[in-house]
Amino acid sequence: MHRTIGLVASVVALVLMVPSAGTILGQGQMMQAIGAGEGALWIIAWAGYIERGETDKNYDWVTTFEKQTGCKVRVKTAATSDEMVALMNEGGFDVVTASGDASNRLISGGRVQEVNLSLVPSYNTVDERLRNAPWHTVGGKHYGVPYQWGPNVLMYNTKVFKTPPKSWGVVFREQRLPDGKSNKGRVQAYDGPIYVADAALYLAYHKPALGIKDPYALDRKQFNAALDVLRQQRKIVHRYWHDAFIQIDDFTNEGVAASSSWPFQVNLLKAKKFPVASTIPVEGATGWADTTMVHVSAPHPNCSYQWLEHSVSPKLQGDLAAWFGSVPAVPAACNGNKLLGSDGCDVNGLKNFSRIRYWKTPVANCGGGRECVPYHEWVTNYIAVIGGR
Amino acid sequence: MSTGAPLARRISTYLYRRPALALGLLLTPPLAWLGLVYLGSLVALLVQSFFSLDGFTGQVVRRFTFATYGDLFTRANVDIILRTAGMAAAVTVAAAVAAFPLAYYMARYASPRMKAALFLAVLLPLWSSYLVRVYSWKLILAKEGILNWTVTRLRLEGVLEWLLTLPGIGGPSLSVSLLGMFIVFLYVWLPYMILPVEAALERVPESLIEASGDLGARPADTFRRVILPLAFPGVVAGSIFTFALTLGDFIVPYALGNSAFFIGQAVLAHQGTAGNIPLAAAFTVVPTVIMAFYLVAAKRAGAFDAL
Repeated sequence: MHRTIGLVASVVALVLMVPSAGTILGQGQMMQAIGAGEGALWIIAWAGYIERGETDKNYDWVTTFEKQTGCKVRVKTAATSDEMVALMNEGGFDVVTASGDASNRLISGGRVQEVNLSLVPSYNTVDERLRNAPWHTVGGKHYGVPYQWGPNVLMYNTKVFKTPPKSWGVVFREQRLPDGKSNKGRVQAYDGPIYVADAALYLAYHKPALGIKDPYALDRKQFNAALDVLRQQRKIVHRYWHDAFIQIDDFTNEGVAASSSWPFQVNLLKAKKFPVASTIPVEGATGWADTTMVHVSAPHPNCSYQWLEHSVSPKLQGDLAAWFGSVPAVPAACNGNKLLGSDGCDVNGLKNFSRIRYWKTPVANCGGGRECVPYHEWVTNYIAVIGGR
Repeated sequence: MSTGAPLARRISTYLYRRPALALGLLLTPPLAWLGLVYLGSLVALLVQSFFSLDGFTGQVVRRFTFATYGDLFTRANVDIILRTAGMAAAVTVAAAVAAFPLAYYMARYASPRMKAALFLAVLLPLWSSYLVRVYSWKLILAKEGILNWTVTRLRLEGVLEWLLTLPGIGGPSLSVSLLGMFIVFLYVWLPYMILPVEAALERVPESLIEASGDLGARPADTFRRVILPLAFPGVVAGSIFTFALTLGDFIVPYALGNSAFFIGQAVLAHQGTAGNIPLAAAFTVVPTVIMAFYLVAAKRAGAFDAL
């Protein structure tokens, strides 16, 4: 049944592409020239990533694009990386703002096409450290354009912690917090399998004997050690958070003292004058770096390329960073953006770039002749840990 | 009209002479609906559960395999199934106990006006959004919420703290414990228990109760040996609602509780977010099977005799 739908979809896609003849792509072939726009662009994005001024009219980077290119933008928001991969597998979309734990899966699954960087003139304004990052460049081929990045910070209540906590230990190990009470039932952890890497990062610093070099490439022994940390953590965790707004509520009404979090929640709570702050402890932190990628059979490839170029314009990058609490992929965006302010990039973590280990998908064959634990085992094991196993 | 009326009459005469055809025409649409849309989707679900998922690329491998059912019966997933079924059973028993006195009062003692008011009171919560009610309970049960405040004012915080230290059902606060989740489940499904129990109690003939008293039975005996057996099918009918609804719910465990998965959440996570449709389908087969057994048992108990 699905095959028929897929067939119908590809026929429709082909028909839609005919007007821009010459740009029809075979599987995996790279675009050579940008033709006229197809009048539409379908995007899969994180909530808050593609704003057209509907929530707050100051935050709008879609309307001007639509006027200039005639490409009408339609957005499907996804809540997790796994959901993004699932939507891309279903097909029918043009571009996706994929995090590193999705991008490599999309590349090896053949769901995204190689990007011709000569058709994205502003690519040379992108932060040098992101231009050839392994989560979108495989075997020298580029499969996307960096969009935004940010750290998974340690958010804490400043009434409990007079000075910033120095270690992630406050959320991993049962201990007395500075206010004299135990942290049991007062800390939260992220409700996604990729959080295993946070435990691995903690161990890399505190148990060097395990030899963890990369928290996303764990052999069986390292993986089990990380799971042990997480099982200990289960006993003190209040709730695993997945919804940014439920976490905000929990900090406000449930007396949660510390948790891994995003600058997004920190900024919103600070705006409500709630006593929180964030820090990156000695162990470093995990983080996300998102890439705009084009579907291998995108129905609107010309509009997609026009979006790729638009996506790294300093205005969009700066406005988005202010809105989402992230850091622009284009350093020029940090200067002179009214919404972001002069220190916006630093507040959101620009200086911490080198202390962050970016999300990428754990794979079985992790190089150097090592055998690593693949991602689907991260999923099943993390569900088991949350369930108390 | 002048030409339409005779035609309509001719059709009606034609059908009147062939009752089988008329019946067929009437039944075809609903049967097609049931057969194609309802059973068809169930079969599609069952078929999906025999496929498997490529762990890395996340694409479904359309080849017959039992591997997905192997995944379903790992310890973590069995935990999810037992947790959900246990909660559904607890909610059902508690709902029956809580609903019976009110239903009894409504059926036997309340004046017509009082009865109408009580019916309204039972049904009123169903008029507002389910989501709003669940999220307001999250605030009521929060550590700094109104319930905790009241309990502290009554100097009963020791009792609440003791409840929350109980293994299995406790937690840091009511809103993140299984106990809190149980309270909310009980609240949202209680009307579905009260109404069938009330209907069953109304059908218990007054004369039987009087006869029981005349023959020397004490009230407790009358209740145990006359009223309860006669009203039991109503309790079973209500329990089908409370049990099935708890079994499939994913909103309450999402907003409340200690993040441990329930079946509905596992289906949502595997289907909607992980793209693991085979495992999601296999998960869905579980409550279907549980409910099939439950309905057979309910039929034996006479829950459908009054239909």
